[in-house]
Amino acid sequence: MERRATFDNLWIAAALIAPQLLLVFVFFYWPASQAVYWAFTTQPPFGGSNEWVGLQNFQQIFADAVYWNSVVVSLVFAFLSTSLSIAMGLLLAVMVDRQLPGYSVYRFTYFWPYAIAAPAVGLAFRFIFAPDAGFVSAVNHWFPNLWNPALDGVDAMALIVIANAWKMAAYNFIFFLAALQAIPRTLNEAAAMDGAGVLRRVRDLQLPLILPTLFFLLVINITESFVDSFGIVDIVTGGGPARATELMVFKIYSDGFKGLDYSMAAAQSLVLMVMVVGLTFVQFRYVERRVHYN
Amino acid sequence: MIRKLGLAALTTALSLTAGAALAQERVKFEMWYGLTGKLGEVTAEHCARFNQSQTKYEITCVGQGGYDKAEQNTIAAYRSKQHPTVVQIYDAGTVNFMLSGAVYPANQLVKDFNLNVNWNDYFSGIKNYYATSKGEMWSFPYNSSTALLYWNKDAFAKAGLTEAPKTIEDWDAALGKLKAAGVECGFAFDFDTWMPLEQFSAIHNLPLASKNNGYSGLDAEMVFNKTKFADYMKLWKSWLDKGYSRIQTAQVGKTIIQAFTDGSCATILTSVANHGVVGGLVKDGFNWDVAMLPVYAGTERKNSLVGGASMWIMSGKSKAEYEAAAAFLQFLALPSEQEWYVNATGYIPVTKTAFEKLKADGFYAKPGIKGREVSMQSLTYSEPNEITRGIRLGNFTQIRAEIRSELEAAFTGKKDMQAALDEAVARSNQILRRFEQTFKGRDLP
Repeated sequence: MERRATFDNLWIAAALIAPQLLLVFVFFYWPASQAVYWAFTTQPPFGGSNEWVGLQNFQQIFADAVYWNSVVVSLVFAFLSTSLSIAMGLLLAVMVDRQLPGYSVYRFTYFWPYAIAAPAVGLAFRFIFAPDAGFVSAVNHWFPNLWNPALDGVDAMALIVIANAWKMAAYNFIFFLAALQAIPRTLNEAAAMDGAGVLRRVRDLQLPLILPTLFFLLVINITESFVDSFGIVDIVTGGGPARATELMVFKIYSDGFKGLDYSMAAAQSLVLMVMVVGLTFVQFRYVERRVHYN
Repeated sequence: MIRKLGLAALTTALSLTAGAALAQERVKFEMWYGLTGKLGEVTAEHCARFNQSQTKYEITCVGQGGYDKAEQNTIAAYRSKQHPTVVQIYDAGTVNFMLSGAVYPANQLVKDFNLNVNWNDYFSGIKNYYATSKGEMWSFPYNSSTALLYWNKDAFAKAGLTEAPKTIEDWDAALGKLKAAGVECGFAFDFDTWMPLEQFSAIHNLPLASKNNGYSGLDAEMVFNKTKFADYMKLWKSWLDKGYSRIQTAQVGKTIIQAFTDGSCATILTSVANHGVVGGLVKDGFNWDVAMLPVYAGTERKNSLVGGASMWIMSGKSKAEYEAAAAFLQFLALPSEQEWYVNATGYIPVTKTAFEKLKADGFYAKPGIKGREVSMQSLTYSEPNEITRGIRLGNFTQIRAEIRSELEAAFTGKKDMQAALDEAVARSNQILRRFEQTFKGRDLP
């Protein structure tokens, strides 16, 4: 028979988990339930007199081309910035893992970008990539009007992707490096003695072995790009030009806080929540099957 | 020596405690404001002046980092009963506060505390903007401005021009001459709707929306896509296409003000509140001036709109706090205080008495100030009518954002201008209907 550590006294168990549950309740379930309530009513900015409107808020959202635009923009952003940040993080980690000259300095400094608050990252990138005055303005000097994120939606998207990937690559780097260093040296050495080159070892040995980490980072990066990219967008592009970078989370902010339409924002955040949960489910259901943990 | 120091420390400590004791007797209250940068500093200083001017009340002023943030934060604070007694709310937020049920109307405060406030002394353009449809003042106009044309005299001289354009046709011709004379950028603009849409419509006596721009009811509908504003925007687009003008935003790297002050763009439209800023940024020997916004030839010009913010008193505070707030608002309205504020910023005085006093003191003849009187001329050009009194549309901040997005699409060539304006109107109407529904059963005061 299986032996399990159980509490005979349920009251003690309840008392022990109560503080944690209380925190989760106060900071997650309670606000979330408020959002659900608002999503089905109309909530005036100063509160009071909610009116039940059923699914009207959702109908209005789904009938709105601008909303669908923000969904598409979010998906494009999530795909591009996740691919870029994982690729950059992996590349840097492999290099540092190979102990190239100066690797200890890199190991120490590559993590820093993640410690910078998103609005600060945004401000820095806005200055560097400003078409008139930034460092990149030299590009426009040689090729006039090639780069202008203020007027060109594609440039603007590229800019927020780069900014977000730059920040997230640092985070990915640390995880990849830890995973790479957990691989026994002997495996690598044996492969090298068998004549496998660097790229071959990365592809056939290291990558398969760090697949669980890669999967974890995939989930985290996609989730982050959906729910945590607000700071960069707000500072760098403000959702423009002409809504080219209006991510779902930014639209929620601008409808809710700038537009003071709390109900519409609540309905949109429910949709976003369902979407992120759904995406994560898909990843665990279909992608994780191909990951071997041992 | 050491004893002396000890004694000094003791006296300081004693006087500090005494000061603290004295301060504790003062009635404390809070004011939140939205102005930032230099203008925010001046507002904070205004509070300090109030604290120094008397010993009964003590105000703590907290900057919120932007007009919209001041409004958002006040709403959030009100919902958790942590709101300030007084708050500075920008023009576009007026309607939200009128419908909020969370304010203590200014005219009531004046009555309850016997304040010496003569509403008729306020410029009617300023007063009417903030008044209810019945003409009652629910807030105290504070920082006020209007839009002007700023022009670079040196660049104009290069093109053989000596005068600011009075009509839009003159302006068009001037931009052509500037371009021919080698001035690379005749006009810099961003997507702010305040100048091209709101001010333009007022001075041309054109409505933005039905129901007297919303003053007569929450069921107003947008109409600006069918007025001369549409032609005006098409003209702007043609200027951009012909290389007369440039889009300058913070994202491009230079705002319109920076593009004007570094001499690269010859004209801009912006608030008179920036008069001091421009004066501070230009190099010595840079000749520039301001003029009233140009109108289409043959237009009977009307008054331009006031922009800025007013002071609201929030409900749910004690009588002592209201008494303190009343004293503060009375203080702000003093002609001498207005004079100080006007001098330190670029804003205009809000009462006729203060303006006359400033004029009599020779304020508008001073170098660096000269030109600001044009804004008074623009604001008082005519007695405000139902259309030129202002704009009272629900959720106007979001409407501005929608129009801005559509203008971006049109000016960057993604959409035809008329199609963009039609879309902007349709989306604005959606916002208005949404607002009407959210405030169902409440009448606009």
